[in-house]
Amino acid sequence: MPAPAVARARAQVAGPNDRNTAGLRRDSLFERVALATLSAPALLLVLITMVAPVAWLFALSFLGDDGSLSLEHYRRMIEQPSYGRTFVTTFKVSLLTTGLCILAGYPLAYVLSQLPGRAANLCLIAVLLPFWTSLLVRTYAWLVLLQRKGLINTWGLQLGWWDEPLALVHNLTGTLIGMVHIMLPFLVLPLLGAMRAIDKDYLNAAANLGASPTRAFWSVFFPLSMPGLLAGTLIVFILCLGFYVTPAVLGGGKVIMVSNHIANDIELFFNWGAASALGVVLLVLTLLFLGLASKLLRLEKVLGGGH
Amino acid sequence: MTRRAAVPITVRALRKTYGTVRALDDVDLDVRSGEFLTLLGPSGSGKTTLLMVLAGFIRPDQGSLKFGDDEVVRLAPHKRDIGMVFQNYALFPHMDVAANIAYPLKLRGVSGTELEQRVAAALATVQLEGYGPRRIDQLSGGQRQRVALARAIVFEPRIVLMDEPLSALDKQLRERMQIELRQLHDKLGTTTIYVTHDQREALTMSDRIAVINGGRIMQLDTPRAIYDQPANRFVAEFIGESTFLPVQRDGQTWHCAGQRLQVASANVPFEPAVLMLRPERLRILNAAGGEPEADLNVLSARVAAVIYQGDSFLLQATLADGSAIQARGIASRDALAAIPPPGEPVRLGLSVADTVLLADAA
Repeated sequence: MPAPAVARARAQVAGPNDRNTAGLRRDSLFERVALATLSAPALLLVLITMVAPVAWLFALSFLGDDGSLSLEHYRRMIEQPSYGRTFVTTFKVSLLTTGLCILAGYPLAYVLSQLPGRAANLCLIAVLLPFWTSLLVRTYAWLVLLQRKGLINTWGLQLGWWDEPLALVHNLTGTLIGMVHIMLPFLVLPLLGAMRAIDKDYLNAAANLGASPTRAFWSVFFPLSMPGLLAGTLIVFILCLGFYVTPAVLGGGKVIMVSNHIANDIELFFNWGAASALGVVLLVLTLLFLGLASKLLRLEKVLGGGH
Repeated sequence: MTRRAAVPITVRALRKTYGTVRALDDVDLDVRSGEFLTLLGPSGSGKTTLLMVLAGFIRPDQGSLKFGDDEVVRLAPHKRDIGMVFQNYALFPHMDVAANIAYPLKLRGVSGTELEQRVAAALATVQLEGYGPRRIDQLSGGQRQRVALARAIVFEPRIVLMDEPLSALDKQLRERMQIELRQLHDKLGTTTIYVTHDQREALTMSDRIAVINGGRIMQLDTPRAIYDQPANRFVAEFIGESTFLPVQRDGQTWHCAGQRLQVASANVPFEPAVLMLRPERLRILNAAGGEPEADLNVLSARVAAVIYQGDSFLLQATLADGSAIQARGIASRDALAAIPPPGEPVRLGLSVADTVLLADAA
């Protein structure tokens, strides 16, 4: 075939192909626009209720009392020891709460994961039941139980278990009791998910290869439950960092976490700048912690739950 | 490698009930020392339950289980010293290949260079040299199967159990692994119990096959005996292709579709009875006729269709009374050319040795 004929033949083939290519490109563009349109309302909501206020607080924190650009709120945070103490308390309470949640939650999740279907579901409902009640109500309920003349002290004294009323509330103890109770489901749920995903055959295989039940647990079950434990730990710790109600009610002014400090700055001193600066520092610290954790633990795997 | 002697397994009156269903219905089984025995049955037949009882994962309601002279029915699974290959392999995903294989050795106090040597030797046995540092999710299905096998034999157990270990592999790999597993068994000399629902796999690999159905052992025998002399209609139907024709007794002789059957004297105990016809045991005889050979039963039929299947052909034919039978032959050019066209009469020969009568009850 002479060269011009070949070129013409190709051109004829190219005609409809080109039209297809353009059409396919248009289709995929249309699909992306459609997806964006569908997600727009949710995105807008996040923008208005989350991003905008945070940005506004961020801006406020850099404004002095006279309205000019200033770092005085941050300077005060460094100069006044009360701020430092607040951050130390925040991390201490968060770490203790998380630790206690792990100690209480791991065995609980383990038992739940080993129960047969119906019993497991009933127990899971029991774990989730507190979610149906307001956080505030639960916290005040603890106040009723734990105070000097509360149920626990009255019974303890009457039964002769102790002679003086125990200081169970308006201190660190009360705060921890309340926070562990509220945080526990956040640890148990991801942990239970991970434990339920562990194939029984792994434990059978371990036993078959000669591992006693204890050995099999520590060498097979525990490592395989790790992703769920890490996810739960992280969720609980981060929620603790910003927690307000329980330390405010059960701490009795002795346990001042960052969120309580922020509330004080606004309610007592009406100092939005100082409050904003605290908020910004807490946010940055939380993000730093998350970043560090994701570096160390490959967080996307933990939160994604996959392998 | 020095090996501990393999042990025989003795199962007596083993029963396991789930609700009203007997998964194991008073099973008796003797597995010889060093034998490759296959438990073959359809799903739900109880074969896996029996294996799990042997491994100690399922507690039977009653019965006795002995390894050698030791009663082990109440022994915890981790004390049974059995290597097991699980259906889904159950390789620990948080350990690499070497750590998986080292796991049973570490539990037995092996460490240092001996540990490394034995792991390397086990990897070499399953032809995976150098795969020690691989993660489990980096392995193909066939490689996982080999690692699971290496882990099950590295501590030199007296008994190896395999629960459909090849079911997840594709056909070609499965057929290669069947041969390899069998060779490995011969090399190691352990008592091996293998569970499968694949009759061809069972025939290929086993010293003996126990056909299980409804929690009972229907027949325990060599692959050839199971195939040639099935104990009942269930075994005959489950293993190999067969057609069953009703037969009638007339004094001392048997008749099938109006034709007299010569039967080897041993097998005439049942009534009503059926004749088992294996397609590949039916020979297409010369159409011209002539006297049938003395040890041959001849069935006169009419060709219905011929199905070409590459290596073989399947001749579908109809007997005078309308019942359909099948004959299979090697698809050589001559054989194909000799088949009469559809509608034409054909004479099919069945040697007396292959003329097997079975009780009609399935």
